[in-house]
Amino acid sequence: MIEALQFDFMRNALLAGLLASVICGIMGTLVVVSRIVFLSGGIAHAAYGGIGLSSFFGWPYLPGTIGFSVGAAMIMAAVSHRLKHRADTIIGVIWALGMAIGIILVDLTPGYNVDLMSYLFGSILAVPRSDLYVMVIVGAIMVGLTTYYYQDLVAMSYDEEFAQIRGVPVRRLYFGLIVMLAVAVVLVIQVVGLILVIALLTIPPFIVEKYAKSLFQMMVGASLLGAVFTVAGLWLSYRYNLTSGASIILVAGVVFFLSLAIDKLRIAGGPGTQTVS
Amino acid sequence: MAIVEVKDLDFTYDGQVVLQGVDLTVRESDFVAIIGPNGGGKTTLLKLLLGLLTPTRGTIEVDGKSPRQASPCIGYVPQNVHINRSFPITALDVVLMGERDPKKRVTRRTAASREAALSALERMDMAEHSDRKMGTLSGGQRQRVFIARALATSPKLLVLDEPTASIDTKGQTEFYQLLSEINKDITVLVVSHDLLVISRYVKSVACVNKSLHYHDQAEITDDMLGAMYRCSVEEICPVELVAHGLPHRVLAEHKEQPQ
Repeated sequence: MIEALQFDFMRNALLAGLLASVICGIMGTLVVVSRIVFLSGGIAHAAYGGIGLSSFFGWPYLPGTIGFSVGAAMIMAAVSHRLKHRADTIIGVIWALGMAIGIILVDLTPGYNVDLMSYLFGSILAVPRSDLYVMVIVGAIMVGLTTYYYQDLVAMSYDEEFAQIRGVPVRRLYFGLIVMLAVAVVLVIQVVGLILVIALLTIPPFIVEKYAKSLFQMMVGASLLGAVFTVAGLWLSYRYNLTSGASIILVAGVVFFLSLAIDKLRIAGGPGTQTVS
Repeated sequence: MAIVEVKDLDFTYDGQVVLQGVDLTVRESDFVAIIGPNGGGKTTLLKLLLGLLTPTRGTIEVDGKSPRQASPCIGYVPQNVHINRSFPITALDVVLMGERDPKKRVTRRTAASREAALSALERMDMAEHSDRKMGTLSGGQRQRVFIARALATSPKLLVLDEPTASIDTKGQTEFYQLLSEINKDITVLVVSHDLLVISRYVKSVACVNKSLHYHDQAEITDDMLGAMYRCSVEEICPVELVAHGLPHRVLAEHKEQPQ
């Protein structure tokens, strides 16, 4: 690994992976406890529509994609907030529609072709320095907002009704959370790809949740665990010449199932273990 | 002094009339049981009082203000104690959620707020579990934490939605003793579809089934039941009501019909 770091692209890949781990650790924690994993998947896929739109109209990539994703996310959030029992269906429709629009617009764009594979799996080994700066800035804004609204976020995601009664601006906060999620997802997709974003959003927070005693611990733990997965995955990919994004997910997936197996053993372990009634 | 004043309230949801012509006055330091069948509008009435829903017609005043303005002075204990069981939060942090100033976004955990939260837990006999995660507590214990959280808001009115659902029969007597202890300083409003809430601690009863019948005594009359449940007392729960052996009269005599 150390020898790998002599390469510039490897250092950038490592930094990008670590930044993505932190962003996904914080957002993923909120996504998992608020049970909006499916909504995040919808945002991530619908974002492809934004990519198609930007390339068709020749807009700069980031503003176009972020604009489109935030719009799609708002629609999904508004509908799922009002019609909770139909949320999954609506999200599924927009998920599919966003991707289809993206692919057709890319088809219609003359002489230009976005590689779908690089959108799905990213190109972590080809991250330019400028993307790293953008990620640092967005990461810092996210940490700031999460710190400021921390108690409100805890109250809202734990017990929305109680939060509302206590005067927490639940609606504004919920939509704010979704906007932040859409921005984070688009940025991180550009760097590490759609599949890795979803893996990093869900797997580390889920594993850490059982051991954390607060949302803050869960965020820190998920970020660290994501970083471990990224480093281990990148090492594997360098050592055995494998696709980097897939290697990271493989590591995360193996640890995920290991943690499930450990839980099973602990519950079967009898006295001395805490069981949930 | 009335703490809750509901006048001529209608609530319609999706074209369905849920509540109609409801009048209700709850005096300060009262202990009201709101009973009625499932789907009769009890929880809707509760959500209207808390400002989570807006009435179609009529007015609601809580502590002389609109529910939305008054909601911070209502301590609310939710029905479902199983919400978000895997959420990483300790009992103490749940209570601190009630302790914080609703107008402030960034709040620092002071020693004083910690102390107040711990004493609320103490009052509910849950202080020793303050550092445990909510998911590892039993349903009854979680409910005690939720009551402690409601008390930590220093409420004028404590509202509990179906509180006995997660407590066994033996625990229920104890639970109502506790509520009557709380009722010494705070007005208490309990919602239940269970007639057992008409224990000796309840001071008045409101029956809700689209309309509302209010009785300022802790008794259920036969015609109230007729109006509410469309069947007689005997059909509902003959054994529980007759053989429970509480040292008070739960049901009015059949002959003594109210006017």
